[in-house]
Amino acid sequence: MTTSTTSETAARPPIIEVDGLWTQFGDHVVHRDLNLRVQPGEVMSLVGGSGSGKTTLLRQMLGLEKPTRGGIKVFGIPLQNTPREMVRRIRRRWGVLFQEGALYSALTVFDNIALPLRELRVFDEDYIHDMVMLKLDMVDIERRHAWKNPSDLSGGMVKRIALARALVLEPELIFLDEPTAGLDPDRSESFVNLIRSLREKLGLTVVMVSHDLDTIVALSHRIAVLAEQRVLVYGPLAEVIKVDHPFVQNFFLGERGQRAMSGVAAPPT
Amino acid sequence: MSQTHTASTPAPTAAQVDDPAVHALPGPPLAFTLTGAWDIRALQHRARLLRAELKIAASTSGCHWDLSSVQRLDHIGALLIWHAWDRRRPANVRMRPEHEPFFANLDQPGEAVAAPAFDFTRPARALGRQVIGFFDHTVGIITLLGQMAIDTLRMLRHPTLGPWREVSAGIYRTGTQALAITAGVGFLIGVVLSYLSSEQLKAFGANVFIINILGIGLIRELGPVLCAVLVAGRSGSAITAQLGVMRVTEELDALSVMGIPYTVRLVLPRVIALSITLPLLILWTTTVALIGGALAAEHELGITVSQFLTGLPAAVPAVNLAIGVGKGVVFGALIAVVACHFGLRIQPNTESLGAGTTSSVVASITSVIIADAAFAILFHDVGIALM
Ligand SMILES: Nc1ncnc2c1ncn2[C@@H]1O[C@H](COP(=O)(O)OP(=O)(O)OP(=O)(O)O)[C@@H](O)[C@H]1O
Ligand SMILES: [Mg+2]
Repeated sequence: MTTSTTSETAARPPIIEVDGLWTQFGDHVVHRDLNLRVQPGEVMSLVGGSGSGKTTLLRQMLGLEKPTRGGIKVFGIPLQNTPREMVRRIRRRWGVLFQEGALYSALTVFDNIALPLRELRVFDEDYIHDMVMLKLDMVDIERRHAWKNPSDLSGGMVKRIALARALVLEPELIFLDEPTAGLDPDRSESFVNLIRSLREKLGLTVVMVSHDLDTIVALSHRIAVLAEQRVLVYGPLAEVIKVDHPFVQNFFLGERGQRAMSGVAAPPT
Repeated sequence: MSQTHTASTPAPTAAQVDDPAVHALPGPPLAFTLTGAWDIRALQHRARLLRAELKIAASTSGCHWDLSSVQRLDHIGALLIWHAWDRRRPANVRMRPEHEPFFANLDQPGEAVAAPAFDFTRPARALGRQVIGFFDHTVGIITLLGQMAIDTLRMLRHPTLGPWREVSAGIYRTGTQALAITAGVGFLIGVVLSYLSSEQLKAFGANVFIINILGIGLIRELGPVLCAVLVAGRSGSAITAQLGVMRVTEELDALSVMGIPYTVRLVLPRVIALSITLPLLILWTTTVALIGGALAAEHELGITVSQFLTGLPAAVPAVNLAIGVGKGVVFGALIAVVACHFGLRIQPNTESLGAGTTSSVVASITSVIIADAAFAILFHDVGIALM
């Protein structure tokens, strides 16, 4: 799956452009002159040690936090100093899966997924019902859970329903923060298949923060390693693992990494 | 849409992306060609129109469908077309192979799951639930009190382990920070009460009784109740919301599994803090209210402030002060216990947080007023100066 798609995408403008990004909390510098480009139709994985600023970078790409310096463009439009209406229109074109799911706790599962559709005010309830059921099927949630409240769901179910909600408006770009944390291996596998099929069907672009090597290896076209306050290396897996840096070596080439990349689960010793 | 049902509009070139449209090609057999982008971006403005057009088209039986000129398709568009087809794939459909997958999952109906229907027994059950809820809350509060009593006894044996820091923080939050608002409200009430009474007293020439009315009224009754209502709204709601959020974020469970009983850590300090601060606040509010009343009386009735102050001890026996302060201790504990009880009962969702905070304030004010009535009955022959 890690086939390079450079030939078909090189000509198209990048979906996300991060230029000279600085982030500073007090005098703690998180990002120092960070640059990143995400090409359309690709799955980009963001990896890095705990506290290396992955979530912060993701929130900045979403326009939830302002960088100290530097600019971020999504769909070619800068997020800073842009009319609010324009930013709102961009936000309709992406979907976000938050680390904790962020389902609306006062709404049922059904209403959570239906909410973005209802906001458009063009579809009738009959249509919305079918669309919600379709999305539930897509993320492997049985339909009888549709009328439950988020507080009555398991952590993994919350994740998958949040994914369904993120997908319901057919986004061109989707942000995933730890999509497979809390999912059992079977479900992780079907998550990988779902993202893969959506990418093929819709040309979806994916920005994913993950620590799950199996998922990263299975999905990513490119991997950005965040370390030392910048993007240490950005490229396909084969390129990334050549870098001689303790984090990269431990992450990809440690025992766990070897197992994931060889594609066979070694028996636990 | 003039072009829609006109004959044979050529399919658009692939380079540009067009608005979605339905074209009719006169038969026989009658054929419909869909063109343009059938995805959310294009459809969100035209879905209603297209649905109507598709419906008319689909009502023709035996027609052919040509989707091969659709430039873009997603699940939203596919489902729209599928609905027009009455959830069945017609016999004659042509579409691009890459669009087939969007229709692939649609013909597995899956069991239909309808929203729970409206239940006509709901009002009756709601009433029943409220009655049971009342007893439930009563039992809950008594249990909480019992648990607290046990915890207090245990704590008294090891006083150094007590939650003194929390108590001190609670006194600051519920007392010190409430000084301004209670003084402001108290002063205004004193002034207003004094003005209104003056009008009546002037008519009877009983000017000097303003001291009795304000003294007894404020010290014994209005000061404590007014203060308790303010504190219930201010600190009671805050306590409920705090504990509620801790429930939502599982902090309460985290405390429990560490073997720290939350009655000791969270409930007890708040109860102690409020039963210390409320009597003090009552003294403070009553004093300010009396000053306001005295100033207004000087203005309206010509009774000087010094006259007012000298007359006060005679008009209001000192035991009234004790009753006022005693009420403060009871009301404070009551507000804190009720607020904690509702806070601990909040379900982990935002709706319940809002509802719980509201009921907490309503319940604590109600219980304060009931307790006040009980005080009035118990002390009906204590501290009223008879002329
Ligand atoms: N609002 C904030 N104020 C101060 N410091 C912050 C703030 N948000 C994040 N940080 C700091 O920025 C750094 C990066 O945080 P971030 O949450 O992006 O890490 P992460 O890469 O997502 O880590 P993890 O893998 O553990 O989720 C951390 O050192 C954190 O302490
Ligand atoms: Mg994070």
